[in-house]
Amino acid sequence: MDALTALLSDFTVRTVMLGCALLGFTAGALGVFALLRRQSLLGDAISHAALPGVAIAFLLSGSRDPLVLVLGALASGWLGTLLVSAITRSTRLREDSALGIVLSVFFGVGLVILVIVNRLPTAGKAGLSTFLFGNASTMLTRDVWTICLLGLACLCCLALFWKEFKLISFDPQFAASTGLPERMLDTTLTTLIVLAIVIGLQAVGVVLMSALVVAPAAAARQFSDKLLNVVLLGGLFGALSGIGGAMLSASVEKLPTGPVIVVLASVLTLLAILLAPHRGLLPDWLRHLASRRRIETRRILQALYRLVESDPDPFRPHDPNALHAVGLKTARSTLAVMVDLGWVEYSGERGWVRLTAEGWEEARRSIGGELPA
Amino acid sequence: MNVELSILLTAVSVAIGCSLVGTLLVLRRMSLISDAISHSVLLGIVLAFLATRDLNSPWLLLGAAAVGVLTVVLIQLLLGTRRLREDSAIGLVFPLLFSIGVILITRMAGDVHLDSDAVLLGELGFVWMDTASLLGLELPRSFLLSSAVLLANLLFVVLCYKELKLSIFDAGLAASLGFSPLLLHYLLVSLVSVTAVASFDAVGSILMVALMIAPPAAAWLLSRSLAQMLGWSALLASLSAVGGYYLAVRIDSNIAGCIAASCGICFLLCWLLAPERGLVSRWLQQAEQRLLFPAQMLAVHIANHEGRPEEPVECHSGNIAEHMHWQQQFADEVVAYARQHRMLREQEGILRLTEEGRGIAEKLMLHG
Repeated sequence: MDALTALLSDFTVRTVMLGCALLGFTAGALGVFALLRRQSLLGDAISHAALPGVAIAFLLSGSRDPLVLVLGALASGWLGTLLVSAITRSTRLREDSALGIVLSVFFGVGLVILVIVNRLPTAGKAGLSTFLFGNASTMLTRDVWTICLLGLACLCCLALFWKEFKLISFDPQFAASTGLPERMLDTTLTTLIVLAIVIGLQAVGVVLMSALVVAPAAAARQFSDKLLNVVLLGGLFGALSGIGGAMLSASVEKLPTGPVIVVLASVLTLLAILLAPHRGLLPDWLRHLASRRRIETRRILQALYRLVESDPDPFRPHDPNALHAVGLKTARSTLAVMVDLGWVEYSGERGWVRLTAEGWEEARRSIGGELPA
Repeated sequence: MNVELSILLTAVSVAIGCSLVGTLLVLRRMSLISDAISHSVLLGIVLAFLATRDLNSPWLLLGAAAVGVLTVVLIQLLLGTRRLREDSAIGLVFPLLFSIGVILITRMAGDVHLDSDAVLLGELGFVWMDTASLLGLELPRSFLLSSAVLLANLLFVVLCYKELKLSIFDAGLAASLGFSPLLLHYLLVSLVSVTAVASFDAVGSILMVALMIAPPAAAWLLSRSLAQMLGWSALLASLSAVGGYYLAVRIDSNIAGCIAASCGICFLLCWLLAPERGLVSRWLQQAEQRLLFPAQMLAVHIANHEGRPEEPVECHSGNIAEHMHWQQQFADEVVAYARQHRMLREQEGILRLTEEGRGIAEKLMLHG
């Protein structure tokens, strides 16, 4: 607890945490749209494609002002997305190839420029490794301000065109038919996603920023079917991963922030896929088991009822193996449940079972639904 | 062996090896699997290194390739839950594996000569420093490794050519004939992983993606069969490798980056200039058709009224615009085009078909 308080009172750590939280929120919220539009991998391509923009912006301006670098990244990331859609529209190549080409070629070009930039005497080492893996721990107040400014701008824009974005994400044809400028909205939304990615590049790095767009959104999607909830949850998950990653890497030595954030976000997503209340795999499996048991209970009840249907003594015990014989495989464990329900009881030392009065009543009722009275 | 030749040989063998499996990836819509694998093998290399403590151990290759395959298995598992779509599944798995790799590297930093920059970018410039001898020749180790991988890829493509072709172009038929799609899929994925690891120290992961996707994509715009495409992509990849090397020497920059850039240039050229499918030839075709179709319609129009009483009115060169519902200027252009191509001639102000023009009109009316 003391360590935590010490951590929180450290100005640098607080700055980094704030920055990562904002970053995570923006990326998580906008990532939901990327997820819905099947553009998750666009994030990967954009973040790689931003490198030449960063290098050229640095070359031209000679400054390391985060705003300038982000603008450069935005420009080349945007050019990359334009090229992807131009390639898919004008050739027989599919989107995956177009993304791969843009991603790798832009990155290669960026690398070439960066090597040249780094040779210049004026270069204050715009380290490549910072760009690749990010360096959140050196985040300055002005970096946080930039993230804050641009992130808020993104979110405001999202709120402003909420209805329109929702429509073009779920039903672009309908959106176009109602007279909305669909192409323009599409471009705006893509630009926002690009922006959300490039503001994080410095802190989290290329590969990891694309993960921050995918993972929190994928986690949030498991919890709700309403867009607003998913977007808010996505933002929340992103922010949580950001904060968690920043704290962990500040308190443990030699733990890089970016990768830790990604691991946290991914673990969160896997947990969500496993455990989310409605869509989660585990609840789904449990529901499946429960309904199987319910059906089997009915079938056993009916089978026992048929055995005593024409019997003057309706409570005569029978061998449970008879149930196996008619294909009720898990009869024994289900019988235990039925004993608990009070519908069936064991009688005698041979382990035979018979219906109770309550069970007989229940069976008659459930059969009554099937047979003509 | 001299420095330049070592680098060039290594670059070309990596390029061809990548382009062969890349062709299959592009055709099977799995391009981005190469991106995923190239990142996640980092974890494999780190883990195998931790186990063997030897950077030259063959286990490194196998371990890393195993993680490459694992990436694809994990993606398939996630898809199997039906909670995520393919793009999200890919985008979730490989950053996670990559991050774990980076964290492990950072934790051991200092006591290991293994850093993530080198892994991502490679250092083709230094391949000549690490050599091994084969048949009395001192050859760069990377070259030996990449040519072994090239050979494996070539064997795979040649031996499974029929099966691959079938599974790419008619997966349903392939499955119903009893070829296991899963087996081919995982064979391909394993080869991509091995290629990724072998190319890693030479050229780095990003360049590998460039070589695996851009040349095959460009080749697809040039070719009409799988064999042609494989040939073109190997050729384009080698050209990019050699061109990229000389570009790098010229501007004194990173070789891997320059090769990726020249892959891009190569693709751009094919995109623009490919015969039939290139942008330029499609523009030319469209420009041609802008006048060709109306001229054909005009020929049909004239053939319809030929020798009938209304001919002097319907086919008078001054009335064409009105009868065809065209702007006057456009009509003049079409008539000029048709006359230039000897489809019609003018007799006392009336347009008449030439033999050639009548042939065209009759053919169209027959099919219409």
